[in-house]
Amino acid sequence: MRNASIRFVLPISKWQKCRFLSQAADRLPHVSSSQEQAGDNSRKTGENTENLAGDNTYDVVVVGGGMVGAAVGCGLASTPLTKSLRVAIIDGNPATIQKYSKKQDSVPDARVSAITPATVRFLKDVGAWETVLENRHAPFDSMQVWDYSGRGFTRYRAADVGESVLGYVVENNLLISALNSALERTGFAETICPAKVKTVQFPSGSTSSSTGNLFEILTERARSDTGASTSFQDQKITEPANLDKFDRNDNWAQVMLEDGRLLRTRLVVGADGGRSRVRDMARLETRGWDYNQHALICTVQVGYHHSTAWQRFLPTGPLALLPVGGDLSNIVWSTTPEKAKELKEVSKEEFVIAVNQALTEDYGPLPSSQTNVVALSKLLTPLMGELAPSVSDPFIAPPPVTACLSERLSFPLSLTHATRYVSNRLALVGDAAHTVHPLAGQGVNLGFGDAAALVKTVREGIRTGEDIGELALLEKYGKERLWTNLPMMAVLDGFQRVFGTDFPPVSLARAAGFNAAQYLGPLKRKIISFAMGGQV
Amino acid sequence: MWRTRGCLLQSSTLFRQSLRVLSSNSTSAVGVSNINQVVSDGTPSFTANESPTSAEEPSQSRFQKPKEKYKGSIDNAETAKFAAIAETWWDHYGPYKPLHAMNPVRLSFIRSALCHHFRKDGDTAKPLDGLKVVDVGCGGGLVCEPLARMGAQVLGVDAVEKNIKVASAHAIQDPSTSSIQYRCTTAEQLVLEKQEFDAVLALEVIEHVADPMEFCKSLAALAKKDGMVIISTLNRSISSYGLAIVGAEYILGWLPKGTHDWSKFMTPEELALLMNRASLSMEEMAGIVFSPLTQRWSLSDDTSVDYIASSVKKQK
Repeated sequence: MRNASIRFVLPISKWQKCRFLSQAADRLPHVSSSQEQAGDNSRKTGENTENLAGDNTYDVVVVGGGMVGAAVGCGLASTPLTKSLRVAIIDGNPATIQKYSKKQDSVPDARVSAITPATVRFLKDVGAWETVLENRHAPFDSMQVWDYSGRGFTRYRAADVGESVLGYVVENNLLISALNSALERTGFAETICPAKVKTVQFPSGSTSSSTGNLFEILTERARSDTGASTSFQDQKITEPANLDKFDRNDNWAQVMLEDGRLLRTRLVVGADGGRSRVRDMARLETRGWDYNQHALICTVQVGYHHSTAWQRFLPTGPLALLPVGGDLSNIVWSTTPEKAKELKEVSKEEFVIAVNQALTEDYGPLPSSQTNVVALSKLLTPLMGELAPSVSDPFIAPPPVTACLSERLSFPLSLTHATRYVSNRLALVGDAAHTVHPLAGQGVNLGFGDAAALVKTVREGIRTGEDIGELALLEKYGKERLWTNLPMMAVLDGFQRVFGTDFPPVSLARAAGFNAAQYLGPLKRKIISFAMGGQV
Repeated sequence: MWRTRGCLLQSSTLFRQSLRVLSSNSTSAVGVSNINQVVSDGTPSFTANESPTSAEEPSQSRFQKPKEKYKGSIDNAETAKFAAIAETWWDHYGPYKPLHAMNPVRLSFIRSALCHHFRKDGDTAKPLDGLKVVDVGCGGGLVCEPLARMGAQVLGVDAVEKNIKVASAHAIQDPSTSSIQYRCTTAEQLVLEKQEFDAVLALEVIEHVADPMEFCKSLAALAKKDGMVIISTLNRSISSYGLAIVGAEYILGWLPKGTHDWSKFMTPEELALLMNRASLSMEEMAGIVFSPLTQRWSLSDDTSVDYIASSVKKQK
């Protein structure tokens, strides 16, 4: 019976696959020539675009082809339920589709990400991890955090939670390239690049009609019919001439590119970064604050090969030293804007001296390991559960920085959080939904988490035959991520505040916190799995 | 208390929808006649327009055909009015919110039952490709549209003409649902027309019909040999009396008093018996429950309030 059913099923799926492929082949000519053709045609025919109706209609349009945008595309391509969707990824920067072609011995780019095992699992699932493995990537198996006062430190090892690595440091452009080649292999999404989004019109009415009052809807319709309503979200940059192209009664989203092309889509994914224009066009509000800090990043050479993520908290902000392979490391130095400017301008030699001082001597001594506390925590073992292997690890001084190899880049730091991640036919992912302090390298991991959750929601929607741009469906994604991202953001922001002060009670509590985190096994394991992208 | 909310709302939709439409839209006469052309114009055949069993379904023409109609014979302003009404039915945050929340649960049961029975690969976007399905008592088309997205060729019938108009106006807005046919007719009429389907659905309808036995026989008659009939309804239990009648009608006022007649509700055993007499053999059954804690609907083995059952038509 089983066999019979399998035999019966196979031809169908094969047949569907063929059909899918032939559809894809039908589309191919459009893809190659779509750049000019589609734009020209729509310009010529104006509103009468029935002939092209199939060509400009998408299921998903991802605005922003960075790491998280490409991850959404890859995620959709990799599940059977979502892979027949028609997806376009729009990006304005031609560099995003360039192949990563750096040799192992070249100087890595300063823009790197520390990705957690949860992110690695996602990359494996979408078929992008192999490309990362073939190129330069640096695993780290321990993490050491201490503060300038020298009163305490915390050292974590992957072994504490029974893993072999805590994460990997990978160049951002390798991650994008890996995701893009995974996408290319599937032939799934159309990448429209370089192209800029001029304006996006989201359907009016249905978003706000929480009452379901027929009268309201009718009057709103009437208003939009007479053109009196302000249904075009971005008044500033929308010229009147272009308004005619939008179909005002369309209940799908319409994305207009700067070259005049108009894409209709069920769902817009806003993956266009911290200053997301899509988010603004949908009038989704953000909350947040400026840290009054700049992060300075660059690639340096260190005295010896290591596999630890080092981080020292200074009153001006944290300084991190991450392994990027061999004797090379990456510096992420969060500090005051003035100090960042100064550090960028000094010579490379002076910079190296400044980094070494900041890692070791500035503001206070290095901590020493407190053996009496180790003994105490061993006494507590029956109460607290098993000790983590790293409890008796001594404090280890970070390797000395010997040379600065890349240009120094800096960018301002702030916390922003969209009050809602979704609206009708829009879902925000990654930095467009939230930006965080880079102190624990969690930003991009939250973004990959968003991508995975959005793909899951879309898949569930397709399974039950829903319209995947429908707000009620997208809210499942919005809620899920809000509850995951907010605690992480609160923790990171808390860190930032606790370490940004010299006030004695706070700095004593901080030392106590460090010691608790270092010596209490269960707490330690919780912290590690939280940082690795697992659930608390 | 919460459990029955969705299903109750749905079963009362005939009543409420017609009230709403009647009270608010007296100027729709022109639109009505126009829309009628989009809907089936009474020709008895689902097959006249499109061969229902044809496996190839050219998505392009599927998309363009309604579009032509939409642009051609339909007055846009009138269509917009109907679209507005459809949005009330289809407003996920409106009066039908609980029904929308419950809908995916019913659909996952229907999807898995149909995939299992017709040996379809459930791991594809359109597993119901090639299946001809009729939804008897389709209301605003809340079940028809997802089934069409799953690839089925769907006919929705409802005795209330306004529902049919609302459903058609909403379905043509999306190329993936524009192939749905809607007709204002009854199951009995379809039987007279000798129509046959792979799957026949009657969700939250049987508790409203005058003669459940005859109704069940009609549903069976609409199914092809070895076709599937899926019925959902309310159980005649203490909890359904408390939740569906006392709670929803008298305490909370969600439904007009008298919407449901508890004595017409049916226990799963009675439904199985009815089905058996109509030469349908019951395959699977699941309860549809709402958890106030997680605010989620789910399938369950608790069939004490609302439940859904699939059956297969035996040899004639």
